[in-house]
Amino acid sequence: MSDAQALRVFADSEEMEVSFGPQHPATHGVLRVMLRLDGEKIIDAKPIIGYLHRGTEKLFETETYNGCIPHTDRMDYTAAATNNQGLVGAVERLMGVTIPPRAAYIRMMLAELQRLASHIIWLATHALDIGAVTPFFYTFEEREKILDLYEEYCGARLTLNCMRVGGQPFDLPEGWTDRCRAFIDQLPAKIADWEKLLTRNRIWKLRTVGVGVISAAEAIDWGLTGPPLRGSGVKWDIRKVFPYDRYDEVAFDIPIGSNGDTYDRYLVRMEEMRQSIRIVHQCLDRLPAGPVMAKVPKVIKPPKGEVYFSVEAPKGELGYYVVSDGSDKPYRLRVRPPCFINLQALPELVRGHLVADLIAVIGTLDIVLGEIDR
Amino acid sequence: MEENEKETPSASSPPQAPPEPKPPWEEKPVPPVAADARAHAQVAELEQAVPGVVVEAVELAGQVTVTVAFEKLATACRACKERLGYDYLVDLTAVDWKDRPEGRFDLVYWLHRNRDERRLRLKVYAADGVEVPTATGVWKTANWMEREAFDMFGVYFAGHPNLERILTWEGFNGHPLRKDFPLEGVDTGAAIYPEVYPPGGGPVKGGAEGEA
Repeated sequence: MSDAQALRVFADSEEMEVSFGPQHPATHGVLRVMLRLDGEKIIDAKPIIGYLHRGTEKLFETETYNGCIPHTDRMDYTAAATNNQGLVGAVERLMGVTIPPRAAYIRMMLAELQRLASHIIWLATHALDIGAVTPFFYTFEEREKILDLYEEYCGARLTLNCMRVGGQPFDLPEGWTDRCRAFIDQLPAKIADWEKLLTRNRIWKLRTVGVGVISAAEAIDWGLTGPPLRGSGVKWDIRKVFPYDRYDEVAFDIPIGSNGDTYDRYLVRMEEMRQSIRIVHQCLDRLPAGPVMAKVPKVIKPPKGEVYFSVEAPKGELGYYVVSDGSDKPYRLRVRPPCFINLQALPELVRGHLVADLIAVIGTLDIVLGEIDR
Repeated sequence: MEENEKETPSASSPPQAPPEPKPPWEEKPVPPVAADARAHAQVAELEQAVPGVVVEAVELAGQVTVTVAFEKLATACRACKERLGYDYLVDLTAVDWKDRPEGRFDLVYWLHRNRDERRLRLKVYAADGVEVPTATGVWKTANWMEREAFDMFGVYFAGHPNLERILTWEGFNGHPLRKDFPLEGVDTGAAIYPEVYPPGGGPVKGGAEGEA
């Protein structure tokens, strides 16, 4: 396929090539998909990425370990807390640091609030892409409240930079737990409202049921993680398989789908929001007292070695592979980006569907180009 | 703070019980130590499946790294998937060790199997310019990971269905994650002036430093 032309028509057939994006609003950033179409039917799709490449992995090699954290904020910019969590977790494992329980519980709360915020953006934009405008306004109101909680904790709303190697940079401010509890107490009713708009909506089901189907075996072969994997019926979540922080102390369920289509992935994410609320509730109830920072040296210098550590980010398995040469900067810091890997399966999911379904499938994969391109 | 801690034990009277051990977060962190893992069950079954494949096996922080012989990489990957059940390739990446005699690059395969939730890291040394057998026939997900390793490090994969650049563009000059690639980047006129900036890397003719 030629990358140079936006539209190419073939003289000997009805087929044509159309460049979808990179400026299309439904591509959630700067994704470009070269489509080969027969009428409105997709014969093949080829994602073209890299428009937002900033060389994050190269920059990591020039920063101290704590200096890398702000760069991670800018990868998946809708889920900065889980990005931070992965990096600091990896370095802590390489150094043998155990963080205080209070810090672990604060991290879990921040991560689960982030999962809520990320899923809220996904729901709002996914529904908006398909044509349901109303949920956008209701959902963003709730996301705003989460960002307010973040702002109160660390001063930032999106690029949080809210974790450090060894624990948390600050304790929770006075009254934060009460405001957090008040927020999550009223959220289930809001989620029920959003579901009323969509779950049994005839148009919504027509647009999502049976669209972008992938079987469990194929999903594993393509390396899908997160809701796209669970939507295909694989009960697999890093928080359960390799529990980090204190996830082994809280009770929560992993929702799974059965058909592996867009509708099932929708249901999985909606239930995940409820499970996140459940986790935050338990964290607030059990929040231990004590310090939030372990006794780590001022200059973070992990010994020579390599370690891979992953967290369950809202989009899937977000992994960090740290190679240390014993200096205060990582020799190599590789990110395993869930969106990058999930997007790879896009041609599989859309082949044979209509162009309008491509938009539904991009929405259901919940991609963020900042993380794909890094 | 530290002075206070030192003073307290000497000031307290001897008959008192010994102080309780401090929680781990108040102690100096103890880094994990690398141990030989040739006897580890996962390494042993790999050695059994492909005899002579294991060059070195190390366990660090509960993660097993097996360095495999380069010529047995393709066999090892296939055996891992089909006989040992590693059905999920978590990550594939490269590390540049510039002047290392055994080969410039580490290629790192991080495998997972859903059967018992175990992970295994395969590592292979690859010299600069040597073609590495592709893993796309074993795990579909290897496709973009290998394209990224090619784009960022210039590692070539033999048998890859479409080994194109993925994050930079066709005609980009050099491979950014190599240690000798300048942090500030290079003149990216390659796409516009292919006669000055040769595609695929190499020194720039008449670049910023004058005639090269």
